[in-house]
Amino acid sequence: MSAIAVSTTINGDEVEFLCQAEETLLDVLRERLGLTGAKEGCGTGDCGACSVMVDGRLVCACLVLGAEAEGRSIETIEGMANGDELHPLQTKFLEHAALQCGVCTPGFLVAAKALLDANPDPTEEEIRFWLAGNLCRCTGYDKIVRAVQDAAQELRGS
Amino acid sequence: MSVAKSLPHDAAPLHVTGTARYVDDIPLPANTLHLAFGLSEVAHGEIVSVDLDAVWAAPGVITVLTAADLPHENDVSPAPLPEPMLAVDTVHYVGQPIFLVVATSHLAARKAAKLGRIDIKPLPALFSVDEAMAADSRFEDGPRIYSKGDAAQAISQSPHILEGSIEMGGQEHFYLEGQAAAAMPQEGGDMIVYSSTQHPTEIQHKVAHALGTHMNAVRVETRRMGGGFGGKESQGNALAVSCAVAASITGKPCKMRYDRDDDMIITGKRHDFRIDYRVGFDDEGRISGVEFLQLCRCGWSIDLSLPVADRAMLHADNAYAIPNMRVESHRLKTNTQSATAYRGFGGPQGMLGIERVLDHVAHAIGRDPMEVRRLNYYRDMGDTGPGTGQRFGGKHSPNAEDIGPETTHYGMPVEDFVLHGMTEALVEKSDYFRRKAAVSEWNASHATLKKGIALSPVKFGISFTLTHLNQAGALVHVYQDGSIHMNHGGTEMGQGLFQKVAQVAAARFGVGAEQVKITATDTAKVPNTSATAASSGSDLNGMAVQAACDTIRARLASFVAERAGTDPADVRFEDGAVHVGNQALPFEDVVSDAYLARISLSSTGFYATPKVAWDRIKGEGRPFFYFSYGVAVTEVVVDTLTGENRILRADILHDCGASLNPAIDIGQIEGGYVQGAGWLTTEELIWDSEGRLRTHAPSTYKIPACSDRPDIFNVSLWDGENREKTVYRSKAVGEPPFMLGISAHCALSDAVAACGAGYPDLNAPATAEEVLASIGRARS
Repeated sequence: MSAIAVSTTINGDEVEFLCQAEETLLDVLRERLGLTGAKEGCGTGDCGACSVMVDGRLVCACLVLGAEAEGRSIETIEGMANGDELHPLQTKFLEHAALQCGVCTPGFLVAAKALLDANPDPTEEEIRFWLAGNLCRCTGYDKIVRAVQDAAQELRGS
Repeated sequence: MSVAKSLPHDAAPLHVTGTARYVDDIPLPANTLHLAFGLSEVAHGEIVSVDLDAVWAAPGVITVLTAADLPHENDVSPAPLPEPMLAVDTVHYVGQPIFLVVATSHLAARKAAKLGRIDIKPLPALFSVDEAMAADSRFEDGPRIYSKGDAAQAISQSPHILEGSIEMGGQEHFYLEGQAAAAMPQEGGDMIVYSSTQHPTEIQHKVAHALGTHMNAVRVETRRMGGGFGGKESQGNALAVSCAVAASITGKPCKMRYDRDDDMIITGKRHDFRIDYRVGFDDEGRISGVEFLQLCRCGWSIDLSLPVADRAMLHADNAYAIPNMRVESHRLKTNTQSATAYRGFGGPQGMLGIERVLDHVAHAIGRDPMEVRRLNYYRDMGDTGPGTGQRFGGKHSPNAEDIGPETTHYGMPVEDFVLHGMTEALVEKSDYFRRKAAVSEWNASHATLKKGIALSPVKFGISFTLTHLNQAGALVHVYQDGSIHMNHGGTEMGQGLFQKVAQVAAARFGVGAEQVKITATDTAKVPNTSATAASSGSDLNGMAVQAACDTIRARLASFVAERAGTDPADVRFEDGAVHVGNQALPFEDVVSDAYLARISLSSTGFYATPKVAWDRIKGEGRPFFYFSYGVAVTEVVVDTLTGENRILRADILHDCGASLNPAIDIGQIEGGYVQGAGWLTTEELIWDSEGRLRTHAPSTYKIPACSDRPDIFNVSLWDGENREKTVYRSKAVGEPPFMLGISAHCALSDAVAACGAGYPDLNAPATAEEVLASIGRARS
C-alpha cells in the first residue's frame, strides 16, 4: 500500500511525513517523528495519556489518523515550554509534586493548558471535571488539581 | 542536610516536558522487530492442533514460535514451580499465550497473532473459589493455619457470637505504562535487556535460562517504570524472555509491549478473596476470639500466591489485640489469570476481613465502630514524649511497661504501636464527633441521600516475609570533580525511591542532592537484588547506599585527618565542605586531592535487615522488622434510589517515621488512599461464564478519575521516628496507605446502615449495584 504524504505544523514547525492510512497520529508522533511525550495508555481514547491539540482542540492522538494532520496545526507537550523556560503549568506541577510515574503527566499538562486557554479562572470543580478524561494511577489527583489552580492564578497575574 | 526535605522527584523536569524515557520511548535500531502473543480463547482444554499457516503468511511476519520451538527453558515463573511462557499441551485460562509472533511492526505482529487456528478440546474449568474448593484444586497440600489461643472455645464462651462473610474483588494494576521490554543481541550470545520491571535480577535469571546461558551473559537495565504497583514484579518476565529469545534467534533487536486490552487479559491481578468469619465479643464490643476462613483465588499458576496468601493471614489482626484467633487459608487454583503481587500483597484483603468484623460487631451492639476499634487496639508501647510519635503521654497505654508487649497471632510482639495517639489526634483534627452527629442528623431528615462516616486504622508489617529477600546492594562512585554517581538495586516506578535515596547519599557527603547523579538500575552494577516490593525500597536501598557512601567518606576523613594531624572522627561533611579543625575545605578539592593521593573513591554497600526470622509453615517468629501505621476518616454520601455514591471528605494521619521527603511521602499516601478506595468502590473485574474477562480496558474497568477525588482531602504526617534503626529513622510508605481506603468502604457501610435495621453486609467492590443490593439487605 502506498504511503500518504502529509504536510502539517507541529509545535509551530512545518513538518512533512509519509504514513500509512491506518497509522494513528499517535503512531506518527512517536514512531516517525520521535515525539514520544504523548503516551499510549489504552489506545481507545479513554485514558488521555496521548492528549494533544489539533487546531486548538483537545484530542486523543490515538483516535486521530496521521493523515488527518494534513494542513492542521498540532501542539504536543514537547512544544509547551519556550526553550528552557517552562510554562507556568509545568512549573507548578514541579512545585506541587503533582506527578509520580509521569506517564500521564504530558496528557494532563496539555489538557490543563487547553482548559486555561479557554477558561482562565476555572472553579475547582470545573478543573476536576475537565481533567476527568485523563487517568492517573499514582497521585490520587489532589496535587494535580492544586497545581492547575495555582498555575491559573499565576497566569491571571493575580 | 538533604534528608527530610520536600525536594521534587528527580525526573520531574523530564516528565513535565515529555522527555523522560520509558522502555517504549528508547530509540532502537531501524531493524528492530516487534512481538505479540497468540492467546488461548478457551479457559481450560487440551491443545489438539495448532495451525499457524495464516500467521506465517501475514504481512511483516518474520517468524512464529510455539513452545516446541523455544531453544531452552520455557519458564517465566517467579516461584519454584514452573510456569510455561507458551502453553504446552494444555491451556489453563482465556488469554494464556500459545504462540509468539515476531514481525516488522507492532501492528503487524498483533494482527498476525489473531490469525492462529488453535483446536482445543475443552476440559471442565474452575472459576470460583467454591468450585475450586469442591474440586480440591489448590496450591500446597492443604490449608495453612496460623493460630493463637483457642478461638473456638473463646467464641463459644462469649456473650455474643456473630457469623458473616465478605467477598472482595481483585484489582487490575492499571499502571499507565503497559508491560514492555526490549532486547539487544550482543557479541558471543550476550544479551542486553531493557525491561519495565520491578525485578531486574529475576528478568536476568529468567532470560539466562531461556537462552541456555549464565546470568553473567545477560544485563538488564531499568531506568523507570510508568507505574508498577506489584504488577511488574513477575508479569514482565514473559515479555523480556520473549524479546531475548527472538533476538537470539533472529540476531536483531526485539521489542514487545502489550496493548492495554492484551495487558489486562494476559497478566495477573490482585487476588480476590472470600473471607468467612465467626467472632465472639462482650457487651462493649471487646473481642475474645475470631475465626477466619480465607479463600484466596490464585488463578492458574502459583506465581507469588503463597506469600500473598501468607500476608493476608498476617494482617488478619490488623490493629487489634485479639486473645484467641485462628486463620485458615486456602490457596485455590482456578482457570483464570494467575493473580499476582499488588500493593499490599494480600495485606489489604486480610485487613478488610478484620475491619468487616469490627464493623459488624459495632453494628450488632449499636456502638460507634470507631470506639469499638479503639477498645480492641493493641497496647501502646515504648517511650513517650515529643518526637517519639506518642504525643499523648501514653495515657491510653496503662502500665504498658509493666505488662510488656502484646503479641500477634503469629507470635510477634507489637512493640511500636502508636495508633492510640494517632487515632485521638485524627479524631480531633477531622472533627470526627461533630461530623458523626451531623451525619446522623442529616440521615434523620433526608430520605434519599444517606451519609456515612468511618474511621479505620492500618498496622502494616514491613519486610519481605521470605527472610532472605531482605538484603540490598549499592554502588557509589565519587569522580575527580566531586560529582557523585549513585546506583542501587531498587527500581523507580514513580514512587520517588531514587530521589529519596539520592537525598541519603547527599546527606552522607554533606552536599546538595543535585550533586548526586541518579542512574538506571542495572544488574551489571549491583547484582542479586530483590524486587522493589514490600514497601522496602527506601529502607533497604537507602541503607545500602548509606553504607557505600560511608566507606568512601571514611577514606576521605582519614586522608584529611592525617594531613591535618587530627582524628578522623573529628572530620565532618556538611554544607558542601569537609570540616577539619577550623578549616572548611570544599568537598571538590578534598576529592581531587584524594584522587592524587591514590585513594579509592568508589565503593559498594550492602545491607541486610536485622531481627527478622520467620517460619511460614508453623506461622511463628518475627516476619517483620517493624510496623507502619496510619488512620483515616472518610465521609461518603449514597443515593439510595440508585446506589451511586461519592466520597465527600477524607482525613488522613500517616506514620512515615522521620520522613526522608515529606512531599514524596504525602504523594504516596494520597495515591495509595485513592487506589485503595478505588479497589473497594468502582473497580470491578467481571469474567463471563466462559472465563473471559469482560472488563479489559478503561472503558469498562473504572479506576478513580480526577472527578472522583474527595472534595476535601486532608493528609498529614505523624510526627515521630521509627524506633528501629532504619535509614534516618524513616518508615516504609509504599503499601501501608493503600489500606486507608478501607475507611471508604466502612463509611459506605455506615451510610447504608442508616437505611434500615439490618446489617448491610456490604461486599467489595461497593459499586452502585452492590450498594443498592446492600440497601435492600439493610431494609429487610
